[in-house]
This record gives sequence, structure tokens and C-alpha cells, in this order.
Amino acid sequence: MPCRRDIESILIIGSGPIVIGQACEFDYSGTQACKALRADGFKVILINSNPATVMTDPSLADRTYIEPITAEAVEKIIARERPSALLPTMGGQTALNCAVELGKRGVFEKYGVELIGANLEAINKAEDRSLFKKAMDKLGLEMPRGGFAYSMEDAERLVAQTGFPAIIRPSFTMGGTGGGIAYNREEFERIVDWGLRNSPVGEVLLEESIIGWKEYELEVMRDLQDNVVIVCSIENFDPMGVHTGDSITVAPAQTLSDFEYQRMRDSALAIIREIGVDSGGSNIQYGVNPRTGRMVVIEANPRVSRSSALASKATGFPIAHIAAKLAVGYRLDEIPNAITKKTPAAFEPSIDYVVTKIPRWAFEKFPDADHTLGTQMKSVGEVMSIGRTFRESLQKGLASLEQGRHGLGADGHDEIEVDSSLGPETRADLVRMIRERLSRPRSDNIFFLRHALRLGMTVPELREYTGIDPWFLDQVLQLVEREEHLRSVATLEKLEDEDLRLAKRDGFTDIQIGHLLGASEQQVRSRRLSAGLSPVYKAVDTCAAEFEAKTPYYYSTYESDETELPDDSDPNKTVVILGSGPNRIGQGIEFDYCCVHGALALREAGFETVMVNLNPETVSTDYDMVDRLYFEPLTLESALEIMRVEQPMGVIVQFGGQTPLKLALPLKEAGVPILGTPPESIDRAEDRDEFLDLAKKIGARVPHGGTALDLEAAVAIAGELGYPVLVRPSYVLGGRGMAIVYEEQRLRHYMRDALDLDPSRPVLIDKFLENADEIDVDCLADQHGNVVVAAIMQHIEQAGIHSGDSSCVLPAYGVADELMDEMRETVRNFAIELGVVGLMNTQFAIHQGQLYTLEVNPRASRTVPFVSKAIGVPLAKLASLLMIGKSLPELGFSSEPVPNMFSVKKVVLPFRKLSGSDPLLGPEMKSTGEVMGIAPSFGQAFAKATMAGGETVPRDGTVFVSVNDADKQRLPDLAGRLVELGFELIGTSGTAAALNAAGIPCETVFKVNEGRPNVVDRVKNNEVKLIVNTPMGRSSRFDERAIRMAALRYNIPCLTTLAAAEAMVTGIAALGEHDYEVLSVQEWHAGPSA
Amino acid sequence: MAEPAYLVLEDGRFWRGTAFGARAARTAEVVFNTSMTGYQEILTDPSYAEQIVTMTVPHVGNYGITKGDDESARPHVNGFVVRELSRVYSNYRADDDLDSYLKRHGVPGISGVDTRSVTRHIRSKGAMRGVIGNNGSTVEELQELLVDYEGLSGQDLAGRVSCRLPYELQPEGEAAFHIVAVDFGMKRNIGRLLAGRGPARVTVVPAHSTAADILAHRPDGVMLSNGPGDPEPVAAYAAQMIRELLGKVPMMGICMGMQVMGVALGGKTYKLKFGHRGGNQPVKNLRNEVVEITAQNHGFALDSESFPEGSVEVTHVNLNDGTLAGYAVSGKPAFAVQYHPEASPGPHDAAYLFDDFYDMIRSFQARSAT
Repeated sequence: MPCRRDIESILIIGSGPIVIGQACEFDYSGTQACKALRADGFKVILINSNPATVMTDPSLADRTYIEPITAEAVEKIIARERPSALLPTMGGQTALNCAVELGKRGVFEKYGVELIGANLEAINKAEDRSLFKKAMDKLGLEMPRGGFAYSMEDAERLVAQTGFPAIIRPSFTMGGTGGGIAYNREEFERIVDWGLRNSPVGEVLLEESIIGWKEYELEVMRDLQDNVVIVCSIENFDPMGVHTGDSITVAPAQTLSDFEYQRMRDSALAIIREIGVDSGGSNIQYGVNPRTGRMVVIEANPRVSRSSALASKATGFPIAHIAAKLAVGYRLDEIPNAITKKTPAAFEPSIDYVVTKIPRWAFEKFPDADHTLGTQMKSVGEVMSIGRTFRESLQKGLASLEQGRHGLGADGHDEIEVDSSLGPETRADLVRMIRERLSRPRSDNIFFLRHALRLGMTVPELREYTGIDPWFLDQVLQLVEREEHLRSVATLEKLEDEDLRLAKRDGFTDIQIGHLLGASEQQVRSRRLSAGLSPVYKAVDTCAAEFEAKTPYYYSTYESDETELPDDSDPNKTVVILGSGPNRIGQGIEFDYCCVHGALALREAGFETVMVNLNPETVSTDYDMVDRLYFEPLTLESALEIMRVEQPMGVIVQFGGQTPLKLALPLKEAGVPILGTPPESIDRAEDRDEFLDLAKKIGARVPHGGTALDLEAAVAIAGELGYPVLVRPSYVLGGRGMAIVYEEQRLRHYMRDALDLDPSRPVLIDKFLENADEIDVDCLADQHGNVVVAAIMQHIEQAGIHSGDSSCVLPAYGVADELMDEMRETVRNFAIELGVVGLMNTQFAIHQGQLYTLEVNPRASRTVPFVSKAIGVPLAKLASLLMIGKSLPELGFSSEPVPNMFSVKKVVLPFRKLSGSDPLLGPEMKSTGEVMGIAPSFGQAFAKATMAGGETVPRDGTVFVSVNDADKQRLPDLAGRLVELGFELIGTSGTAAALNAAGIPCETVFKVNEGRPNVVDRVKNNEVKLIVNTPMGRSSRFDERAIRMAALRYNIPCLTTLAAAEAMVTGIAALGEHDYEVLSVQEWHAGPSA
Repeated sequence: MAEPAYLVLEDGRFWRGTAFGARAARTAEVVFNTSMTGYQEILTDPSYAEQIVTMTVPHVGNYGITKGDDESARPHVNGFVVRELSRVYSNYRADDDLDSYLKRHGVPGISGVDTRSVTRHIRSKGAMRGVIGNNGSTVEELQELLVDYEGLSGQDLAGRVSCRLPYELQPEGEAAFHIVAVDFGMKRNIGRLLAGRGPARVTVVPAHSTAADILAHRPDGVMLSNGPGDPEPVAAYAAQMIRELLGKVPMMGICMGMQVMGVALGGKTYKLKFGHRGGNQPVKNLRNEVVEITAQNHGFALDSESFPEGSVEVTHVNLNDGTLAGYAVSGKPAFAVQYHPEASPGPHDAAYLFDDFYDMIRSFQARSAT
């Protein structure tokens, strides 16, 4: 069955903002789908609200809609574009849910749109747990015992059968939202209540606990001819009980005999057929009782998933690309295997290495959140590593997490030092502590396994506490034994070459070996090289070397000296781009977008492009994007080895955020040519003292401040500046550790914590500019001293909220022309003084009519993709060409663009997933993703961005207001507008009194501690549609927190700054005037300004 | 201290590793297998007689050895090469570890070898003679052993691994059919599936059985089993038997059975560069256009062009390289496949062929009755 020709145009739904449970993997899948379908001549129409994605680049689809992914907006697009088909399987749960909703509304019949890739029946059968259970019964496959509850009474009845602990999963939610494990009745009631509310169909599944069972996943593909293949098997290191997104996972499965594996494979084939996924990929999860082999089916996802991205990168089999082809009628045997080129895609990859995926959490940003892992996913990103053994693979992965670790401990950053000097009592205490820790899954348990083994705990004991398979535990034990052996050698001089080789084969980094032998990384490296020990690069080829690989996708390993790198590459034309590593808060998909764009531009310009990255979710780790892909850690050791074999003409470090920037100077010192802005300039901008000199030199005003290395110096500086002050450690991204401090006692507290963490790192203390407006400016500069401002963005929230968390609008409005010009001039001066070649981002504050420069970042910032879409100019592409010597005039970018529309960026926050954390914005970045709203007016753009972020824009009802004294002056204006728009106001006594005094009706409600019914009761009774609550200070903190938590729980928009509230009111008013329209990015930029 | 061990190839290339299993030095043909599970079934598959098998999957031995998973009474490989032997095993069914098992059965193993480099070498140079030594022999000593070793071409390995005397397998419950399986090196799962799917009583007979021997059992159908090595020396005696039975008794051939049936029909066999060994080989069923993922293990193949005009219908093709994967004999109740519908190890996609076999028998019997 060849490609269908009765379809002309296809609408693809993306996955929206990055949230916990749905990250870059859907940018990767969507991008592959767009490319695959366009290559076959289809007109591709795309909707995604996330501007940071590669897929929303206007060159990837015929029509790109950056609009809210709601049934309403998608219907508008369908009405405009009249696509022949809709592909809902590339955009995660978001796209699938949207398709289901469109189906319910009858949109497909109305406009004659065919759903391809998965039909509604199949989606329902897989997603609706009662239908799924019926399907499994029909196939004779077991599921965990239990049933469905639609009310607390149902749940009570079921839990009597399942007992405790009980697993609770709400239907139709993504990333397990609202799910959990209940160990007791109290937890049970809380989680069931959550689940019933969070499930769009008010249904929760209650199941027997299979905690501690082995967990597996199979990635399955099926074509319209009913050919089915298994792309990859994945085994979880962490047993059942931890969400698979929060588990360390391994491919291929390591502890299944052929008998067990084939039984699982048979069931997967039966399931995909029974569910009726007629073309495309699915992911099926299993639990296996380690003692009896009893196998139960956990769930099936009838779509491309996070695991499919992992499986694609793990095997080289591009699942999304192939799923897109299958959806338009191709059969698996008609699609060539892109890696071998000769063999067809109708086969099952065989892999001759071990892939390990390790999640990256961000608990450091949410100290209040519950750190225990369970059925709700909490990680924000992941790394994937490839080694010839699990040990090598695990250590490479742990060294790549960007958490300051360099492998499985033994790296100078251990939580516990275990050595022979410990007395028996201390050891016993430690063992007790570790036992307790390990019996509840936590994000850093892997490191504690090592401590446990070093303290003499045994594999059977650890299996008891953790449920981890003894095979994996023995692998960890082997690492511990290797470590102990190195320790016993004591010095680098005494180390035998063979021991060094074996350590490298087990993935020990030079840093770890140095730590164990009292040597520096550099000393170990020299010793290693003099012993002739360097990694070789082997190919990921889908077929375990059975056929020759045509596609260059490599990993390093310490094996025989056989290189698989091509011998015809030209170092003089080779540019290496260092990627951005795992997603985390502060460094996400935006940087991957920049890396990909940089690579694409250089490839078009005739360069050989080399990408180094190890985030399996990303587009940058698609071997299709570059000439050579190294799936490798972004560490100095790894980068230097790659430079040794590549000898590139240059390396780009400014696209990947903080990860490659850290490597810039050491690489340069090692003689590696860095393209673009010199690394010293990056340092100059980061180092506080140098920055102040720099600002002085070019005459830029900066907030007064200083650098403190100890507590007393900090207190002295703050005293001089006057409170409040803004404090932060130097060299951070995402505002890690940043705080606004209003009094000396808090400052002392802060300094003690900071020095505890890293005494060598200076703390920057600045005067905090209260109520200042913040502005972000992105610009491009070339080698010839040309500087062009790309965008001046105005933050909606005022200073004090991290720029990564604040909403912003482009163009800036209401900023005086003189200030705009002053900003342009300042940016120009900084860029020239720093010798910027490429991108630079500058942050300003306007305080009492004066312009202050807050920071200068001579590198790609997270606003680059947003700006590129708002102005219709691919900034990262231009930047990469500037770095290889092109000039701005040559590239046709010589003046600041004037957009003909308003673009608003808003962020999404992970509070809902991280229960216990206070949903409040501050100077430390907390958002995971962003959305964009584009419209002719600011209000509409803001309203669209709000809807895109998953919030509702209320049109009527009750608004609860409670603001601090500073905000009370500005409140009446806002409140007046709300009343005009037909809203009713309720407020706490102080706020209500202030409003009443200004002649605005506002009913007084009780605070939480004042009586009942109080405001939280009103929220819970669904009587409130919008909350405006600005922080009052520490005294009333608890009350506010209760309000915000309730808002979060009941999904009521809650604005914590007056500026955001004003923007929201403008948005509400704009929507009230006339309904919003949808327009593609291509159309927005087709005007004279493009 | 780890004992050194070597894998040495006839072209001089060698790899050093660590000894496991029995200590010995053995010559054989060196091949690789890309299956990610199923080492025990591979070791005990008689088709690997006279071969040293290199596993491409790096961790081997992880789930131990399970009595019920043997495909014959003992391992048949001459040597086993792995990247890493697991020092522990973890599986609820397992009752032994791989190292002890190979020791007990006299099979030498070598661990710590860059098996990907072995595979790449064989892929580009072809399967070749080699020697595995883990008994303290030096590379030179091992190379000496290779001088007089002629390789497996021309050897009747099937005759060597086949049963000496007939024996019977009984189904659970009542047998509907009686099948004679000619044992060229038959895997147990062929017998199990024949017995179970019939249900049938299965009489397994030696490779050298004549048509008369077989007909004496009054079979409803004949299975020509898989087996090791070069099909020509086997066809030298078995082709006659097959020619005599064709048309008289419904017949199914698997792997070696397919090849000797092919020779009996006038087809020619040839040696593949490095063979097909793994559990991921795509085969297209030309009758219904469906792709089966199959288990394969063969170094020789039938040339689909070599058959006399009109003698066979090509029913299955290997999608990786277009080689013949299955045929039906024109006008006679017989078909054969190059791959392993019995799997074990490998996917079960092709198990339907056993049902096809019984369907063929039923319709043959229906025709004969009228």
C-alpha cells in the first residue's frame, strides 16, 4: 500500500509548553513528522503554542499556527485551512486529548477531516481504563487487580479488595497527574479526591500494589497492512512504584530470558491489534513479579511518547518519522531503514551496547515539595548515555546530569564519606539511615546504593529494601569493587595501565580516578594519554553491525582501537556545536532550538556540522540534523576527546546555555578554537567586578552592589546599600539561589546557606530596585562592529520576578522613546566593548525614570526562539553565520525590525505536579516552559497566551482580591475596570475597605484564620473565577499560601502581581470586545515588515 | 587473576579476552548472532555444531540457565565469545549459571572481547575458520591448530548430530496425526510445536533414514528439520529420500530441511558471506504481503533462480537481502522455509506455518479419501 494520494493537507497538533511529563520529545517527534510528510509532498499545517520549539520554525511547515491548543482554537484553524486529515499522535497527551474533544464536538464530520495515525475508538480503548481492561480480559492478559471508582464510595468499596498500599490513577491525565500511592487511609482519601477532580472524566483507577515488581516497556509499531514490529525493549532499574519517567531505565531489557521476552512481545502484538492502533507507534508497559514471573499489563499509549523518543535515540530507529509515513499509508517494508539505507524499516533493531536513561529533577528549586518518588512524575528532564556495559553507561549518564557529579560518586562530592576510620557505631548509624532512605524511592537513591555497598550491605539486603533487580545491584557492586581497588592503589604513579584501562571501561571519569588517587583531572588525563588510552567511537546502527551504517551517529567507549568515524571528513570545514544537556528549570528547549538552528545554517553554508549532546528528547540529537552526532556527555573530558578526533576549525559554545559556556575557557586553554564572542568576554560579563568596570567604561548605570566572600562582608555591603537587596551566587542560570532580602537576619541566613554549599563561590549583592519595570533586549553583532537590536521586550511583572518566569510583550509599550534609544545605545556599546560576535542579551530595569543595566549575557538567551518568531527572523541561524565571518549587512539584517503585531510570552509552572510547593513567583526561576500569544492588540495577545498556558480567561463571575499595602494605591483602577466588565468583587477586610473607600463595591470575606466560610471555602465551592493576591510579607504568609494552594488545586487563575492582573484585565476586555482570530506565523510575517 | 583467552581467525586477526566455561582450544567456523535474548537456546541448537558463536549483545548470562530452555541435550557450539559474561544471574526460572553450564559441557568461552569489532570483521571479510583457546595456549599455538582445519564445508554435520535411533514424542491428550520428523539436528521446539499443534504423535528418525524407513511409520506428514553446516553432503543421501516421498506424504522443511528439499527438486545451494543469525530478520510472505520478523540461523542458502522452471513457487523472501526464505512445491503437498517458525529463541510470528502444515495434511487426506 503506497503513500495515499487522496490526502492533500495534514494538520499536526503539537504538545504545547514544556511541562513535567511532556518535554522536548514532542518537538522531536513533531519535527520529524513535519519533515517526513512534507518530503512526500503533503501540505503540512501545524499548531503549537510553544514558541521555543524547532517545529514551530516557519520553515518546517507550510502553515504554522502559534495558537492555544484548545479545541476552540483548533476548530478555527480547521475552518480556515480545511485540512484533509489530522495527525494527533505526535503531540503527546495534549494533542490526543484535543483530538478527542474535537471528535466530541463533531468537528471532524463538520469539516470532513479524517483522523489519521490513530482513530478515536483506538484512543478511547487505550485511554479509558475500563475499556482497556475489557480489551485485556478479551486477550486473556492480566492487569493488576482493582477497578474503577467514580466516587469516594466506589473507592472505599474497591480498597477493601486491594488493600494497602493501593495505587490510584486518574483516567486521561498526562504524566500521572493526580495519581499516587496510598499507604494509609488518610493518603488514600486525599489522592482519590485529587484524582476524581483531575480526571477530565471524573474516573480513577484503584489497583492492587505491584510495588517492587520488575517494570518493562515495549515500543511497538504497526502499519495498515497489520505488520507489527517491536522497536525496543526497556527495563526499569527502579522497580514498579516509581513513575517510569522518574525511573532510571535501560535498553535493551537485561534480565528477561527469551521465553519471557517473547511472551511479552506476543502480548504487545496482540494488544496493539486489539486496541486498533492501525498505524503508528505505541508504548506498552508491563509489570513482572520477580518471584513468580506473573506478568501484568500496566498501560498502553496509542501514540508517540517520551519512551518512543528514547527508543528512537537508543536504537537509531526514527519512530516518529516512520509513524508519520505509516499514517499516510506506507507499509513498514516500503520505508527504507535510514541508517543502513539498504534494509527496510520492517525489522526489529538489535543493539550491541547498553543505553541508560537517567531523569533530572529540579527539587533544589522546590525545597518544600515532597521529594519522594511515586506514580506522579516529578523530573523535568533526562539524559541518555550509551556504553558497552551497563556500568559504563550508568557512569556516563550520572556524569552528565549537570548536577556537579562526575559518575557514581567517588568524585569529591559525596554526601557521605565512608572509610576505614569510621567507628562501628557510626557505621551502624549510617547503615540505619541508608536503610531508611532506600526503603522510600528518592531522586538520589542511586548514590546511596553505593554508600550502602561500601558500608558492607549486601545485594540481597538491598534488593529487600529497594526491589531493584540483583543483576543491576551487582553491576553497582562491581563499580564499588573497582573503586575500592583504585583506592587501594593509592597513587596515580602506582596505578597499572591495565587497572586504568579497566576503570575507564567501567566509565570512571578522569575526575573520579583523580579523586581516588589524589591527582588532578589533568594529571589523570596526561597519564591516560601516555598509556595510549583514549576512547574509540562506535556507531549506533540499528543492527549490531550486521550491515554497514550510512548514518554517522556515535558514542564513545573504551574498546579495541577500531574507529568507525568516517575517513573523508574535512576538519577545516568542521564546526562542532556543544549542546545544552538535560532539560532543567532555567535551561530548556530554547537552547536546543538555538543549537539546531545554528547547525542547520552552517550545514546550508557548506560546513560539516558536528553536534555533541545527550538529551534524548531533543531535535539536536536527531542524527538527521547534522553531519555527525556524538551522543556524549558535555564534560571537558568528553569534549576534549571529541576535539582530538575531529580537530575542528571551530567550536560553538554560545547556543547551549550554561553547559557549554562552562567549557569555553578550558577548551580554549587546551588550544581549541572557539567561534564567535571570545570566552574571556563571557567571563567579563559574568564576573561582577569586571562587569562593573565594563559598565563604568561605557557609561552604563548599574544598581549599586558588591561581591562578598564571607558573611561579614555581605552584611557590610548590604548595610551600605540599604535594604532590600538582591543576592545571588555568581555564575548561575535560572536564578538558582537568587533572593530578595529585606532585613539583615535573612541575609545572615542566606549567606550561611550559600557558603555551606560552596565556600569558594562569591555572592553578589545588589541594591534591589523596587517597582522597577524590566526590559530584555536581544541583539546580534558581527566581527566588523555592526550591532543590530533584534527586539526590545517589556516584562509584564515588575523587577523581583525572575526574567525566565515573567511574562513579556514585544514590542515594548509605554516606555519613553529616550529610554528606548538609551537602551539601544547601551546594548551597542556593550557588544562592541565585549567583542560580541553572535548573540547578546541585555537586561535593563527602569526605576524612577532611570535606566539601569542589570546584566549582560554575551550568548544566546532563552528569549531567542520567541523573538525569532515574533519578528520573523531566525536569529540563531544568523548568529552562527556571523561566527564564521559573515557580516550583518551580508545577511540582510541591518535594522531593528518593527513587528506588525503584539507577541506575548507567558510561562507555565510545575506547582501542580510538585505537591507541597508554594505556587509563588520570585527571583528564582521555577517555570518549565513557555507559550506565546500573537494578536493585533496587547490584550488579545495576552489572553491567547493565557489560554495557551492552560488557564481560563474568565468572562464573568466573582473575583477575589487581596493585595499588600503598596499595591492598594493602584488597585482601585484595576478593580474599577473589573466591575465595568461585569465582575463582582470580594476581598479581605483591608483590601475591601480600601476599595469601598474608593467607591468600588467589594464584599468582605474572612481570611482563613478569621472564621467560616472563609475565602478558601469560597474557592473550594467554585464560587471564585479569578484571584488577585499579591504577597503581604511574612506575617500573613500561611494564609496566602492556603489561598494559592486552593487556586492551584481547583485550577483557578491566580495572579500574584498587580502588573499581571492588569494585563489579565486588558485581556478579558479585549476578548469581550470581539472573539480572537487565528493566523499563521507565515501570514503574520508576509506583510511589508518581513 | 583472570586467565587470558584468545579468538584467532584464519586471516591472522585475533582478540584477547578472559577465559570462562571449559578450558580448551577448538577450531570451528566463526559466526556472529545478533539476538538480544536466547543464548541458552542458541548454545543448544544443533545447527551451531562446528561453529564458534559470537554474541553481539554485550551482557550475556544475565538470566542464567533454565533446564526447560534447552533446544537439545547439550550445547553444540565449539566455542562462545561474549563482550561480558555476567558473574551473577537473576531469574525466577533459572537453576544454573552460564559459566558452570559450559564448563560441565566442555564448551570453551571467552569474555571481554570487543565483539562488535569481531562482527564488523566477519561482516566485511565473511564468516571464516577460527580457533578459540582459553587453556593457556598462545596465539601461535592456536594458529597452528588452524593449519590443518578445513572448515565445515563438505562435512556431513547433520549425520553427526542426528539421533542414532528413532524415538517418539507424545502430545498431551489424543493425537490426531502422526508425523515423522527427520532429525538433521532438530531443535526441541519443532517437536513440541508439531506435537502440540496437531495434536500429533511425532516419531523422530535419524538423518540417514530412507524413504522406506519413513513410510514404514505410516506418517500423515513428514517434517525435514533444521540442522548444521553445509547442505550438499546431507543432500547427497537425503535428496533421494525426499524425492521418493514428495507427493506421497505432505512435507514441510525448515532451514537445512528446506535446503535439502531444494536440492532434491533440482535447486542449487551456495554459501552466504556471513549468513543470517539473529531474531530480527524480516521475511515477506508473498501470498498475503505480510512481513514476519523471524529467527534465522543459516550460513548457506538456496538460489531461487536455480530451480527447474515451474518446480516451485517462491512464497517468502528475506527483505534484508532478497534471498529465498520460503517456497511451495508446485503441484505437491510440500513447502519449506529457510527460517525458524519454531523460534526459540526468537519471535513467534511464523508459528502459523505449523498450522499450515496440518491444514495441508488435512486437505491432502481429504483429497486422498475421494
